[in-house]
Amino acid sequence: MDFLTLLQVLDTTVRLATPLLFACLAGLVCERAGIFDIGLEGKMLASAFFSAAVAAISGSVWIGLLAGVTASMALAGVHGLASITFRGNQLISGVAINFLASGLTVLIAQDWFGQGGRTPSLSGGARFNEIKLPFADLLSGLPYIGQSYAELFSGHSILVYVGFLTVPLTWWVIFRTRFGLRLRAAGENPEAVDTAGVNVIRLRYTAIAICGLLCGLAGVYLATGLQAGFVKEMSSGRGFIALAALIFAKWRPWYALFSCLLFGFFQALSFRPDVVKAVTSLDVPGQLLDALPYILTVVILAGFVGKAIPPRAGGEPYVKEN
Amino acid sequence: MSDSSGTAGRPDTVVPAIELRGISKSFGHVQANKDISMRVMPGTIHGIIGENGAGKSTLMSILYGFYKADTGEILVGGEETEIPDSQAAIAAGIGMVFQHFKLVENFTVLENVILGAEDGTRLKPSLARARSLLTELAREYELNVDPDERIEDLSVGHQQRVEILKALYRHADILILDEPTGVLTPSEADHLFRILKGLRDEGKTIILITHKLREIMDVTDTVSVMRRGEMTATVKTSNTNPQELAELMVGRKVLLRVDKKSAEPGRKVLEIEDLRVVDDDGVERLKGIDLELRQGEILGIAGVAGNGQSELLQVLGGCRRATGRIRLNGEGIDPADHALDGQVWRERGVSHVPEDRQREGLILDFFAWENVAFGYHHAPEYQKSRWLMDNAAIRRESGKKMERFDVRPPIPELAARNFSGGNQQKIVLAREIERDPDVLLVGQPTRGVDIGAIEFIHQRIVELRDRGKAILLLSVELDEILSLADRIAVMFDGRIMGERMPDQTSEHELGLLMAGITDTASAA
Repeated sequence: MDFLTLLQVLDTTVRLATPLLFACLAGLVCERAGIFDIGLEGKMLASAFFSAAVAAISGSVWIGLLAGVTASMALAGVHGLASITFRGNQLISGVAINFLASGLTVLIAQDWFGQGGRTPSLSGGARFNEIKLPFADLLSGLPYIGQSYAELFSGHSILVYVGFLTVPLTWWVIFRTRFGLRLRAAGENPEAVDTAGVNVIRLRYTAIAICGLLCGLAGVYLATGLQAGFVKEMSSGRGFIALAALIFAKWRPWYALFSCLLFGFFQALSFRPDVVKAVTSLDVPGQLLDALPYILTVVILAGFVGKAIPPRAGGEPYVKEN
Repeated sequence: MSDSSGTAGRPDTVVPAIELRGISKSFGHVQANKDISMRVMPGTIHGIIGENGAGKSTLMSILYGFYKADTGEILVGGEETEIPDSQAAIAAGIGMVFQHFKLVENFTVLENVILGAEDGTRLKPSLARARSLLTELAREYELNVDPDERIEDLSVGHQQRVEILKALYRHADILILDEPTGVLTPSEADHLFRILKGLRDEGKTIILITHKLREIMDVTDTVSVMRRGEMTATVKTSNTNPQELAELMVGRKVLLRVDKKSAEPGRKVLEIEDLRVVDDDGVERLKGIDLELRQGEILGIAGVAGNGQSELLQVLGGCRRATGRIRLNGEGIDPADHALDGQVWRERGVSHVPEDRQREGLILDFFAWENVAFGYHHAPEYQKSRWLMDNAAIRRESGKKMERFDVRPPIPELAARNFSGGNQQKIVLAREIERDPDVLLVGQPTRGVDIGAIEFIHQRIVELRDRGKAILLLSVELDEILSLADRIAVMFDGRIMGERMPDQTSEHELGLLMAGITDTASAA
């Protein structure tokens, strides 16, 4: 395998890791505040559909982005209402959102576009196009460093860069700011937050909103960056993989980056059976390669990767009692 | 002698730090606080004493903004103050140290102290300021804690200091402590009282809620007594005595000391040698326990919670495996045997009243009659046929047992959840004692139980002993151990530090043993 092939695989890894990363960080913020969210998948899907649909209609990807994020945040709001205000079961609420998104997106797509539950293909201004970093062409001649720059770092859509920058931002907010301190405390011991005179409910709603925003970006990227349009169930379990990545990352932003890249890498491999064959000299069936990220998910969730301690108050609605 | 004006001999010119006027609060049909008026003078330690459910905690929750009073007003420093939430309480200079600490376990001391009282968006400046303030407070009031230690790595005594520091960091002038010594060793409690006296001498006002008469006598200047939602008296501590306070609390005469004749130990029933337990995290919880228990005696196990007593009780109750040798009535038992569950122990005559009655002793959502049968539901008299249980018989029996144990109300068809703590405990005791076991293991028999019920429970345990049964009593209440046990073993860090006879030892000596200090003693 030559260096360029490696770069291509890594480049695909980065693209495929991006939606995972957004979703994973969304889950991180939410779960750090004490709310489990298995509805990442549904929010992502809803956002993918609405961004693609609105982008297709309006011709502007930015309006599409706004629509996608709004849809995701609206579903996040439903989850908040169910699990924070009405103190419902967070798992059930998440499952409901997944079903809702899965059914509604196809239904509305069929009603609006009549193309069998998909949106028209997006092109031009209705898609996020690749950004060429300065000097990419110039440096591509330079072996290794220049090639990496041109192939791996340059040429992604803006959301990829935003996604990777969200990692240090999330880290800073969670560990270095007042908001982050309170957020983490709300996930560990909401009573401590409440008795310290901070409103737990508002804090958790803020976390849910951020979660909705990030999930929305994941969906927008799926439909308008990674692909050109919405197709049925296009999130294909990424929300769940992101949850596994989150556990693997032990609810830490930097670890989340690496675990999402790992999952992205496995997904990338399934696109390049030739590379797998060249490296391992095994004729791995394509289906097995496709299944790799999911197998890894199961392995991680089964707890084979060591002890991961979730936020202690996670999953429990906060009820004031004394 | 009830001095209901509450001034307790202070001149009227001093403005009370806190004044409550006619505070009432009901939950549904239950009136938790009835027309309570109270004055707490600045620079004093004011005790509030009363049984569980007397309304102390409700009153303090109103003061800290958790509940809103139905009627009445609160004056802080002479000015009427609305306290709708904890934020307002903090702003009014009121700090609260809860019985169950409100700390974030995996945060550092510093992070816990600044939580909710940060200076700005970024944490760094707040952390720096808190660090210097903590050093200052540590010097001034013996409030030393390592600011960078995580809460989960601190002893309970230190965690409590963090709670006090939190309040002081928020400029609290009035500090409310709810049952602060329940989790402390005697020496930690003494340290706490030194801190509180230091704070009082600096002009802070302290409200101490407790059910322990001795603490009230030791540390307070004034004491208010609550009973059934009412404030029955406020007196100067120096003008009263424990007996009088106990009567005010309960509303009748009570025996503070257990009335019992001296024990007549018979033959050995239970012998334990070199018992060891390693928990799931690989930590050795029991490090070689040797004990023997004889007929007709109560062996008290004293110690601060978390020093292996729970594990000992769990092994003997069949809830946990261990290594070592156990002989019951001369017959060897292998504590590592997995077939050795609670059922087997019970069949062999060892009954177990677990420490946590709500989690281990009862199924709260089940009926009382079901709870009275648990563990003995295989008993032949409860079977109708090979497959069916005779529920009617169980119900009848349970009703009788509940009456004999003075469970109120004696209604077997109520869910266990609907009984008060003391009555829940009586249900568990009725189940275990009425089976007439050879050995009774009993953990924290009176935790969270009213004085009146404590008296009853203690009498029942002594009665069982007088019938020649062996009792292993585990309690974190040293008073209880001292008054009930015929022999005392002190546990520290998974070991027995020593055995003492109650009439030949003192709280001081036991306290040292509980802290692991044996230089004055010949350890077992």
